[in-house]
Amino acid sequence: MTRRFILGTVAHRLAILVYIIFALFPLYWLLKVSVTPNDLLYSEGVRMWPSRAGLEHYIFVLEHSDFPKFFKNSVIVSASTAFIVTILASLAGYALSRFTFRGKYWIVVLMLLTQMFPLVMLVAPIFKMLSPLGLTNSLGGLILVYVAFNVPFATFLMQSFFDGIPKDLEEAAMIDGATRFRAFRQIILPLTLPGIAATLGFVFTAAWSELLFALMLISGADASTFPVGLLSFVSKFSVDFGQMMAAGVMALIPACLFFLLIQRYLVQGLTAGAVKG
Amino acid sequence: MGVRNTVSMTAFVSSDRQRSTPVLRRLAVASEPYLYSAPAVILIVAVMLAPLALGFSYAFRDVKLLNPLSGGFIGLDHFRALIDDKTFARALKNTFFWAGASVALQFTFGLILALLLNRPFWGRGIVQALVFLPWAVPSFLSGLNWAWMFNPVIGPIPHWLFALGLTDAPDNILSDPHNAMWGPIIANVWWGIPFFAITLLAALQAIPRDLYEAASIDGANAFQRFKSITLPFLAPTIAITILLRTVWIANFADLIVVMTNGGPADRTQIVASYIFTQAFRRLDFGYASAIAVVLLVLLMAYALLIVLLRQSLLKKA
Repeated sequence: MTRRFILGTVAHRLAILVYIIFALFPLYWLLKVSVTPNDLLYSEGVRMWPSRAGLEHYIFVLEHSDFPKFFKNSVIVSASTAFIVTILASLAGYALSRFTFRGKYWIVVLMLLTQMFPLVMLVAPIFKMLSPLGLTNSLGGLILVYVAFNVPFATFLMQSFFDGIPKDLEEAAMIDGATRFRAFRQIILPLTLPGIAATLGFVFTAAWSELLFALMLISGADASTFPVGLLSFVSKFSVDFGQMMAAGVMALIPACLFFLLIQRYLVQGLTAGAVKG
Repeated sequence: MGVRNTVSMTAFVSSDRQRSTPVLRRLAVASEPYLYSAPAVILIVAVMLAPLALGFSYAFRDVKLLNPLSGGFIGLDHFRALIDDKTFARALKNTFFWAGASVALQFTFGLILALLLNRPFWGRGIVQALVFLPWAVPSFLSGLNWAWMFNPVIGPIPHWLFALGLTDAPDNILSDPHNAMWGPIIANVWWGIPFFAITLLAALQAIPRDLYEAASIDGANAFQRFKSITLPFLAPTIAITILLRTVWIANFADLIVVMTNGGPADRTQIVASYIFTQAFRRLDFGYASAIAVVLLVLLMAYALLIVLLRQSLLKKA
C-alpha cells in the first residue's frame, strides 16, 4: 500500500514536470536565442545555453528599429479598447443582470450570435466600410473594430459579476432617494472592481493578440501594431533571428503581466466567453 | 427580479411625484435598461451585423479592391467557380483534419492535466500558473515561436527528430508537404491545452468529495471511481466544450497564417485562412465573401446537428 502510494506520487510529480517543461520550453528557447550573440547563433545551434550571453539584440531593437513605436501603438490600441469595452460592457451587463425588459432576449441572442460566426468573414466588408471614412490605416479604426468584437464577451462576463452582488444594496439606496444610475455608479461598481479589473485584463490581452484585422486594416509602419510590425520584420529581414526573438520577448511581457492580473478569474472568463479563446 | 424590485420602484416613484410628472418619470424608468444596453447594441449592429450583411451581398458581386470598375452583380458565378476550385476542396479537407486533430489532442492532454492538478500537492498554485502560461501568449507569437522551433537554423526540433532517426535529415517540417500540417497543430495544442485544463478542472472541483469516499468504502478501485463518478459528472462540460471549441478552432487561422501562410502548395490551407488569403493577398473581396458564405452554411449545419443530437439525447434520458 505505502509503496504503491509512493510510486503513484512519484509518477504524478513526474507527469507534472513533463507538462511544465512542455509549457515553458518554447518560451525558454525564445529567451535563449534573444540573448545569444550573432556569432554564436549558428555555431551553437542546439546548445541549451550559449557560452556567452548579452543584451545586444535588445539594445539594437530598442534603439534602431521601429519596435518601440509598434509597442506604443499596441499599448494605445489595447488600452483604449479595454477601457471603452469595460465601460460599455458594465452598462450592458448591468442591464442584463438587473432588468427584465422587452427585447432583452433578442439582445442576448444578438450577442451570442456574434460569438458563433467566424470573424474572418468580416475582414473584407469591414475594410470596405472603414476605408471611405478614413479609418483604415488608423489606430482609431482598429480600436472601433476591436471594441465591437469584444463587447459581447465582456458583457456576459460583467453580467456574471453583477449577478454575484445582492440586489438589496442598490434598492436600499434607491429607497433613500438615489437614482438608479447613481446607485449603480457609487455602490455597485465599486463592489465589482475585481470583476472590472478582470474584464480589462481579458480585453487587453485579446486586443494585444489580434492579428488578422490589424494586417488587413493597417498598411503603413506609423500605425502598425506589434504583431503587424513583427510579421513584416519576419518577412523582410528573415536572417536577424536574435532581433526578432528579442522583439518577441517584448511582445510577451505585457501579455504575461495581464495574465497574472486575470489568473484568478480564468474560469469565469472562459465560461463567459464559451467559444472565445 | 420581480416583486421586491417593483415595490421599491413604486416607493421611489411616489416619493418623487411632487417634483416631476408621473408620466415622464415612468418613461424614464421604463427606458432605463435600453439606455444602459444601447451603446453596446448599436456598436455590435454597426460593426458586426452590417458588415456581415454587406459580406453576403459581396458573395454575389464582383468586388475587387484594385479594380474600380468592379462591383457589378454576377449572380452565382463565385459559387460555380468554387465547385471547381481545387484549393477550396483541399482547404475543406484540411479544416476537418486541423480541427479534429487539434481538438482531440488538446482535450486529451487537457483532461490529463486537469486530473493531475485536481490533487492537492505542495506548490500547486505556482505549477498552475506555469502550465497555464501558454494560454496568455499572443497567438501570433505562439505561431512565430513554434515556427522558429521547427526551423533547422535556429530551432532544436529538426535536430532532435534527426537524432532519434525519425527523419532522414534535419529539415523543416513546415516545408514538407506531407507533414506540414502537424506544425500548426502542435503549436495549437501547446497553446490550447490550458483552455481545456482550466474548464475541466473547474468541473472536476465541483464534484462532491464524499461520492469518492463512499465508493472507496464500497471497494471501488481508482479506475472504477473514474469511470462511474468522474466521467458522468464531467460529461456535460466535456460535450459542450468540445462542440464549441471545434467550431472555434476550425475558424482559427492565426497560427496557420503566421507559420505557413497556407503553404507548401496549399497543404496547410484551411477555409478560414483561405478566406483571409483571398481578401488580404489577392484583394478579391467578392470571392472571399462567397467562401465565407459557404463556411457559414456549413457551420450552421453543424450547429443544427448538435441541437438535434442534444434533443434526441434528452428524449432518451
